[in-house]
Amino acid sequence: MSSLVTRVRLKQIEQMIEKGKRLDGRGLNDYREIKVEQGLIERAEGSARVLLGKTDVLVGIKVETGTPFPDTPNEGVQTVNAELVPLASPSFEPGPPDENSIELARIVDRGIRESKAIDTGKLCIEPGKKVFVVFVDVYVLNHDGNLIDASAIAAVSALMNTKMPNYEIENGELKIKTGYTSLPMKSHPVTVTVGKIGSNLIVDPWLEEEQVMDARMSMAINDDGNICAIQKGGSGYFIPQQVIEISKLVQEKAAAIRKKLGW
Amino acid sequence: MRIMPTYFEKKQLVTPGELLAEGDYLAGENTYLEDKKIYAARIGLADVDNKKVNVVALRAFYIPKMGDIVIGTITEVGFNGWSVDIKSPYTALLRASDVLSRPFKPQNDELSQVLNAGDLIVAKIASYDRAHDPQLTVGEPGLGKITRGQIMRVTPTKIPRVIGRKGSMISTIKQETGCQIILGLNGVILVTGKTPEDEELAMMAIRKIEEESHTSGLTDRITQLLKEEKAKREENKIE
Amino acid sequence: MNEKPEKLIDKKGFRLDGRKADELRPVKLEVGVLPNADGSAYIEHGKNKILAGVFGPKEMHPKHLSLPDRMVIRCRYHMAPFSVQERKSPAPSRREVELSKVIRESLEPSVFLELYPRTGIDVFIEVLQADGGTRCASITAASLAIADAGIPMRDLVVACAAGKIDDTVVLDLYDAEDKLGAADVPVAIMPNLNAVTLLQMDGILAPEEFENAVNMAIEGCKKIYALQKEALKNKYTITKEEAEEE
Repeated sequence: MSSLVTRVRLKQIEQMIEKGKRLDGRGLNDYREIKVEQGLIERAEGSARVLLGKTDVLVGIKVETGTPFPDTPNEGVQTVNAELVPLASPSFEPGPPDENSIELARIVDRGIRESKAIDTGKLCIEPGKKVFVVFVDVYVLNHDGNLIDASAIAAVSALMNTKMPNYEIENGELKIKTGYTSLPMKSHPVTVTVGKIGSNLIVDPWLEEEQVMDARMSMAINDDGNICAIQKGGSGYFIPQQVIEISKLVQEKAAAIRKKLGW
Repeated sequence: MRIMPTYFEKKQLVTPGELLAEGDYLAGENTYLEDKKIYAARIGLADVDNKKVNVVALRAFYIPKMGDIVIGTITEVGFNGWSVDIKSPYTALLRASDVLSRPFKPQNDELSQVLNAGDLIVAKIASYDRAHDPQLTVGEPGLGKITRGQIMRVTPTKIPRVIGRKGSMISTIKQETGCQIILGLNGVILVTGKTPEDEELAMMAIRKIEEESHTSGLTDRITQLLKEEKAKREENKIE
Repeated sequence: MNEKPEKLIDKKGFRLDGRKADELRPVKLEVGVLPNADGSAYIEHGKNKILAGVFGPKEMHPKHLSLPDRMVIRCRYHMAPFSVQERKSPAPSRREVELSKVIRESLEPSVFLELYPRTGIDVFIEVLQADGGTRCASITAASLAIADAGIPMRDLVVACAAGKIDDTVVLDLYDAEDKLGAADVPVAIMPNLNAVTLLQMDGILAPEEFENAVNMAIEGCKKIYALQKEALKNKYTITKEEAEEE
């Protein structure tokens, strides 16, 4: 990625963090403002848009029918894709998904999958033959840091907004009835990302901080306070005590976000 | 003030990350200092000289240094010079103005007539820094295009061992084989002898030095080996 | 396997492959196995068979792939089509792309990147046979290959996973345990510097279980590190012994 931030600015960021403050006035453990809007794309079965500071992520959910995986014949299928749309940042190039968009999609996927956010057991139409397939498409509209948390929150919000048509099986065929039902969900995971700058930990890194930080740790927490996905990223490292410290900090922040969003 | 002992025995084989010493020591070759501790950075033999902890690397690659004599291969003929492969992460450049004794006229001079891709040269590193590729010069006696002899490669860190203390090892080989040997500090060696057999003999000795560089009594063993091989050859000739 | 086993660990604490909760699968390492690579290593970890080759440092082509102030690492984790139960397409999957990235990020902190600006190294990892924990075994081998290439490093990187099967936290899950178990936590460390360079998790763990698993994985890493050091030294000790015999 091109170096968008000058050395002087990077030094400023490092020095302020040493003093426990960030350039936008936040404390080391503070999130930026989170705004969630649901149902803005009527053509999609579900949708949500999250603004995390200036980071802007839109997630659309499409529900279709398909065949189940052979080892889970009675369960619906979940698939997550992410697009780092070129208009979101001068550093995003048009083209097939690169490692960053693939990693983002897989992190969001793991958080939802391992927490069983989507109750895939309730998405079976005909055992072994036909199930509902839930397509979660993450669309990054503006990159101002911490795409992971914004995308994860947007994905869960979109799922919570998702309505599937009522149906019945008549003579082995799927018939759509009137009315809708909410997508069955079992959990509402919250993902929290912590960055490391020097020996300091910061919650919800913003774009310029991401250029200084040497590593990040993202953890997804389910409704029971259990950890359901973790991903370390970046070319730096954490000492083992920091890993444990982060797991405790993340729990606290996830609970706060859950409360704020009313999940 | 008492100096703490080092954590290794003399000439012990160490691997990257192994803690070598703590306290009042200096980080030498292939080691690094972090939090007042000195660690090995490459696999090699650890040693301490005064207060400096060094690791003689068993495997390394050549990074250019000003003034080094190197042997390289021309890879490309460019507009005003040549690109040279000196078996380093960095490609070296030889400017036409360095080679041609008169002012260089791009439209008149055909550079490939002077040096072409595939040619071997002995050169000296004229300049090198972090931001630029190394520049070579051949404007000194003994440097220039190679026309005869055989080329072999050793790990660059072994070159000092091939030279030996006060040049004892390399002199022995030259003497016993009658070969001219140019040692490029980039690990490329040129052996020129009266016959291919003489050249093979010298190359065999050098290969043995590379394999056994970390053992003692090597100079004597090499001398003995060369004498034995020469004796064998004499026997074969008589038969 | 068509039937799901009832228990992954029995009352006496034995797992389906006979191991106890904190037991590692057997590990074999060899350094310098590929004559054309600048550095290489081969690992057998349980039934995993993985080859790692390193090329470089060298100038990158095209030039815009390199950085003006440091070396770049390019890493490709790839599984052979015959490495898994059901033939895998040779085209890179999304999983392979993600693993290539996280493996690269686990190795980067160990290399003195700033020493060789404008150059790059290629790390190629080929999984010949897979049985769970391939990313960890790959990291262990790749790190040896980098050291074998004579590239200066802060430390070796070694990796091992821990996880949860049934209700027990166990070390080093193999494929069946990973698929049927409750959680898998791969960890990579630089053992002498006490630095975690890779950490992932999928599954569900309570915070205390997570802490337990991380500590267990780190202990596993340290055991494998002893074998890594030995394998690296073995490559160079043989000649020393031969010489002394003369």
